[in-house]
Amino acid sequence: MEQSKLTTLGTQDSRLLFERSKRGKEAAMLPERAFPKEDLAANIPAKLLRKSEVDFPELSEPELVRYFVNLSKKNFSVDTHFYPLGSCTMKYNPKIHEDVAALSGFACVSPLQPEEEVQGVLRIFDDLAEALKQLTGMDAFTLQPAAGAHGELLGMMLARAYHASRGEKRRNVVLVPDSSHGTNPASAAQYGYEVVQVPSDERGRVCLAALEKLVSDRVACLMLTNPNTLGLFETDILKIRDLAHAKGALLYYDGANLNALLGTVRPGDMGFDIVHLNVHKTFTTPHGGGGPGAGPVGVVKALEPFLPKPVVRRNGTRYHLDYDRPNSIGKIRSFFGNTGILIRAYVYIRMLGLEGLRQASHDAVLAANYLRKKLSSAYLNPHNEYCMHEFVLSARDLAAEHHVHAHDIGKRLLDYGFHAPTVHFPLVVKEALMIEPTETESKETLDAFADAMLKILKEIEETPDLVRKAPHTMPIRRPNEVEAARKPILSSRDLKRDQSHNWSAHQP
Amino acid sequence: MSYFPLTKEDQAEMLETIGVEHFGQLLQAIPTEIRNPKIDLPPALSELEAQRWFQSLADLNATSKTHLSFLGAGCYEHFIPSIVRHVTGRGEFYTSYTPYQPEASQGTLQALFEYQGLMCELTGMDVANGSHYDGASALAESVLMGLHHTGRTKAVLCESVHPEFREVVKTYLTGTRFEIETTGFHPDFRTNLEELKKKLTADVACVAIQSPNFFGLVEDLTELETLVHQNGSLLILVSHPLSFGFYKSAMEWGADVACGEAQPLGISPSFGGPWLGYIAVTRALVRRIPGRLAGVTTDESGRRAFCLTLQAREQHIRREKASSNICTNQALCALAAAVYLASIGKKGIRRVAELNLERALYLRKAVGALKRVEAVTTGSVFNEFVVRFEKPVSAVNAALFEKGIIGGLDLVRYYPKLRNQMLVCATETKSKDDLDRFVSALKEVTA
Repeated sequence: MEQSKLTTLGTQDSRLLFERSKRGKEAAMLPERAFPKEDLAANIPAKLLRKSEVDFPELSEPELVRYFVNLSKKNFSVDTHFYPLGSCTMKYNPKIHEDVAALSGFACVSPLQPEEEVQGVLRIFDDLAEALKQLTGMDAFTLQPAAGAHGELLGMMLARAYHASRGEKRRNVVLVPDSSHGTNPASAAQYGYEVVQVPSDERGRVCLAALEKLVSDRVACLMLTNPNTLGLFETDILKIRDLAHAKGALLYYDGANLNALLGTVRPGDMGFDIVHLNVHKTFTTPHGGGGPGAGPVGVVKALEPFLPKPVVRRNGTRYHLDYDRPNSIGKIRSFFGNTGILIRAYVYIRMLGLEGLRQASHDAVLAANYLRKKLSSAYLNPHNEYCMHEFVLSARDLAAEHHVHAHDIGKRLLDYGFHAPTVHFPLVVKEALMIEPTETESKETLDAFADAMLKILKEIEETPDLVRKAPHTMPIRRPNEVEAARKPILSSRDLKRDQSHNWSAHQP
Repeated sequence: MSYFPLTKEDQAEMLETIGVEHFGQLLQAIPTEIRNPKIDLPPALSELEAQRWFQSLADLNATSKTHLSFLGAGCYEHFIPSIVRHVTGRGEFYTSYTPYQPEASQGTLQALFEYQGLMCELTGMDVANGSHYDGASALAESVLMGLHHTGRTKAVLCESVHPEFREVVKTYLTGTRFEIETTGFHPDFRTNLEELKKKLTADVACVAIQSPNFFGLVEDLTELETLVHQNGSLLILVSHPLSFGFYKSAMEWGADVACGEAQPLGISPSFGGPWLGYIAVTRALVRRIPGRLAGVTTDESGRRAFCLTLQAREQHIRREKASSNICTNQALCALAAAVYLASIGKKGIRRVAELNLERALYLRKAVGALKRVEAVTTGSVFNEFVVRFEKPVSAVNAALFEKGIIGGLDLVRYYPKLRNQMLVCATETKSKDDLDRFVSALKEVTA
């Protein structure tokens, strides 16, 4: 019987707050009115007052705590599960980071306080920027972007400002490899660039011959991830640099995969002009179920004047905010960015030091190659060579022969207690399974994951439906995403109005 | 190193399995001439040393715990129930990934769905997204949405919209085919409708106004709404979200887009972030709204199931044709806001708004009664207002700081013409004693 089936993750009770609400209950204990005799509404013109009731749920605090804690148990997370999610760098998030960011000396500070009142946090900004310069080989950094894609958007603005300052306004093309992250073309297009795709060659690298034809004096920049999304280092990076620079194009580094390279090789030394980092990947600030992250952007000297304002300047032991930047592109976010996240990243850098960061990258590369070796004889690996921090398998043959797809394998892994790899990405590999183990998993976990992958292979041959219909042990089976998009129900209010469903959601 | 579980023996075994003699062989694709750069980082700290070092840096900052703060201006000190930190501190929430695998992410998805629903209730709008970076970039994306939806080329921003927000919008549009016009305000900080009328040309896609505006004034938007919509433009309303507990909702004003900074909803100031941009729209704009949307559907067994939906707007599906490039944003902050709003509840949302309002009104009256101080925001307010002194605000604030008080914002920072004027904020965190202490301190330092 479906309802009595054991689940390994959380409960099956999916009632929402409004379905648990009961009139008269309260949770937060707010202070009493300090001036209860003031008739507030009488002092305000009636036309300004809210007419409709705010129909919030009414629950007591113990009920709310149980509700949200039980929700949390319906999640996979790094604290509870292995997440071999390619290009996402789901590594352990040290607990001290949370404690430091929560110190009232950081958490209870307004960005509008004068600079003499916030010397501690300004010092962290300056020290973090210096550390990032060292680790990337760039000349200057801004910490303002709130996420990697936000950093990419800033990179596009910097490229346009730089070219415009040189009177080169015709450069309206951005080149991206066909293996690039989706944010690369989206960021370029959002800022009005024409996006042109550069094909990969049979080695899984940027096709140099194609690139040579595509680079022209209309190209503003070439965006690259290195190692690329196949987990392969762009061996020809110095030739690519020369090709781009010879035509006056800038080279943009998508830092999503920097976790492979810390202390080994730097984007600045590869010839990149603009670099964004994802501190929620490389510097292990938590993903938070989809943010907050932070996306610092580093540039070479020639682009420094265009960086957002303000920049932190040190004068002896005092730190100042410099807003006097006539060529700055302005601001891409209010104030200084996601300070609390940046503090976590800096704690990580200080705790590990150079040797620790280098070891992180080495262990990440070692773990990826170990899994690659263990899996590539059983699964198809179209680019089976030494990889960096991740590698890509293909379920192409399994799809053709058994009608089992990459995402089915990912879903079946959930039953084995492993998060799915990144599936159907990069687009250059059909039926891709992109696996990034990171440096914070034990050999025992890596072995268990490899075993699960091999068992699933056997299941595909013997009982393919078991895989096609997976997962079987999660709080839900596969959701009907087509229906969700066809008739969007996006709030409790939508749900209350919707009479078409006969929900079997209520299982207290 | 304690974060790395692989032992020396593990590493040796793994290298053997891979079939290499030493680790360096795995790096053969990297050109040797750029390998092993010289890098200068400070030495590693033990956890104990790190705890001490970062505590010492934290101690260098003045905070709303070490001082009594009346500073708002876009960053607010509000009461945060303990439950918020305990829920967001669950590793199952804060160390999880974006919910691309819905079966293993029902917790995050259901929480995001709750957040969207609570924001719809608060703003009155039809659809709220799952979060945005911050209020300023939420406004920038809202303006872009307006430009794309109408096919027009110009956005009009009221000058009483937060200056940081306007600066970010300007940055987003500079270098593109779109233009921005700014429209001014009267000496009492009301938007100048005559000026706005002149700027409402056929190419105006949207008008963005803030209420309560940057100077604390709650504006009557009746006429403005008519003007904007008669022109076929969209109305974007930026608001302090708690003001909706008392004042007219965005939907009641007829806004097409409600957006702003949701930091007041259970999120600490943290020197500017991580915060939470909110965007809520009418049904007509649902397929243009940027960012994640959690929806509800059924699973293969007919059970209720949550999933990300309308992903055809997003970059990982549409690449260069996406409605926005946004990917990772502020999901955990949205969770904090959901817990906060659920905790505040139906009665509390009005109460907390009233607590802000009554304190601001009391303080405005008391400060305005001082000899050398004049209240400038005289209309309806929420929790902020402007006062004018006979001397520079910097001098007043320096003297207040000596008395353990962080004063309000010096308006010359953003509006050079508004000399000697301070934007003062009083939220529910200030007791009557706190307010009286501010008044008597101000009396002394302005005497």
